[in-house]
Amino acid sequence: MTGSRQIPVAEGLFTWPSDEPRLIGGQCAGCGLVGFPAGPACLCCGGTAATEKLLPDRGTLWTFTTQDFRPPSPPYDGVDTAETFQPYALGYVELPGEVMVEARLTFRGEPDPARLAIGQPMRLAIVPYSVRADGTEVMTFAFTPDSASPGGRPPQTPPDRGDPSPRTPLGEA
Amino acid sequence: MKAVIIGVGLHPFGRFPGKSAMDMAADAVRAALGDAGVSWPQVRAGFVGSLEVYNPDASVGRLGLNGVPLRGVFNGCATAGTAVAMAARAIETGEHDLTIAIGMDKHPRGAFAADPSVAGLPSWYGQTGMFLTTHFFGMKINRYMHDHGITHETLARVAAKNFRNASANDKAWRRTPLSEAEILASPVLNYPLRQFMYCGPDEGAGAVVLCRADQAHKYTGRPVRVRACALRSRRVGAFEVQSPSVPVGEQAPSPTVDASREAYEIAGIGPQDVAVAQLQDTDAGSEIIHLAENGLCKDGEQERMIADGETEIGGRLPVNTDGGLIGNGEPIGASGLRQIHELVLQLRGTAGARQVPGSPEVGYAHLYGAPGVSAVTILST
Repeated sequence: MTGSRQIPVAEGLFTWPSDEPRLIGGQCAGCGLVGFPAGPACLCCGGTAATEKLLPDRGTLWTFTTQDFRPPSPPYDGVDTAETFQPYALGYVELPGEVMVEARLTFRGEPDPARLAIGQPMRLAIVPYSVRADGTEVMTFAFTPDSASPGGRPPQTPPDRGDPSPRTPLGEA
Repeated sequence: MKAVIIGVGLHPFGRFPGKSAMDMAADAVRAALGDAGVSWPQVRAGFVGSLEVYNPDASVGRLGLNGVPLRGVFNGCATAGTAVAMAARAIETGEHDLTIAIGMDKHPRGAFAADPSVAGLPSWYGQTGMFLTTHFFGMKINRYMHDHGITHETLARVAAKNFRNASANDKAWRRTPLSEAEILASPVLNYPLRQFMYCGPDEGAGAVVLCRADQAHKYTGRPVRVRACALRSRRVGAFEVQSPSVPVGEQAPSPTVDASREAYEIAGIGPQDVAVAQLQDTDAGSEIIHLAENGLCKDGEQERMIADGETEIGGRLPVNTDGGLIGNGEPIGASGLRQIHELVLQLRGTAGARQVPGSPEVGYAHLYGAPGVSAVTILST
């Protein structure tokens, strides 16, 4: 499947292809609230007039979890099965002054989500999450720990204070 | 005119192959009518809820078709709160003298699955594996533990308590007690939440019969008063399930906080008066957070409260005395009626092995679910 095509999971979600992709939000023309994705109406005032707003590609991790079982499919359309499913992390990333976005946090256990920490700097990445029958990769947005930021090194110990179990959140061996 | 509860009926929760949700509902209605000492034709109106059953009001085909007005209700996990509220309100407004709230469901195994369009969300949200409720609960409690010093052991204590309470409840689904060590050794589903910290969708039905307070003496010597019913949806800025984004800045309170405050105000009852509570424990973390969101403690106090056994039967504030959702599972349309059933037994003093000592006088029921909706019901002797 080398040289395969790549397509975004949806149009209007992020600028792509791009060397510096950005999430595409919407700013309400009435009250100024920034939302993601750009929706049909403002969550705050219900206004239907909005301008497109490219969101910052860096932020901090507000909270996170892991998805250790394969989500019900449909609607999930990864090509994995319950046996081959690879757990992934999810979180809300606070894009300063704009909005908190829910996103997958890098894939395939890299980096180890046991080393994720609330408050950690994150940056946007566009990554494949599924493959069509013809080999086309389906791309979505994710956030990855931003080790280039000041203080951006991932924590050296898991954040799960007091967890008596040696298991990682991913349940990896 | 005030409304009182004169009868409760509950079909056991669990898995019942070959038995339809409507048949379970009919059993629950018969039990509630029997408990109230009334016959089906005496019921003047009904409010009927379900997720899976398209026409839950058709369950009256098993009770006798007599033209009684029946209204379908649905508010996600708060459905039964709405059914009880409307049944009570029909009495309070004088429209009817005797009403019934009915709920039923029969869910397939596994996490709830649906297309994101049912919640007004775009397809990609489901395609990429984010249209799930369970991971929201993992993220909410993870942040809460970080902010308020709640430990993994406390999550396990809550789940162990609810399994233990369920073991004394012959209508509960999961009646085998599990130790905290067993719970902490179960697989992570959504960090920090593990398999035995979650409730599961299952099957069951419930019914509650209400009448005018001034007529209750005709049916029972121990009516339970409906003191408040409140339901609130989410506000902008609240951290809620199924939210692709959340505004930055100061967070708005959850709909639980709003519904709880409104219910206390309507009832003229404060959190300090609550003697027994049924709180939405979709997972162990939710029970912990909901203690604070319902005003029953301050954020972070749960760590000590739970270690000290305050939420156990016999503790200062028993929570989920029948095993809660963790012990009973969640047939969505019926779940809140299970809570009311348990509170009525507790306030009557007939809860048997799981009876809260000291003749509890005030019971509190709380539901929460997608897309950010909460219902609170306060009952008293």
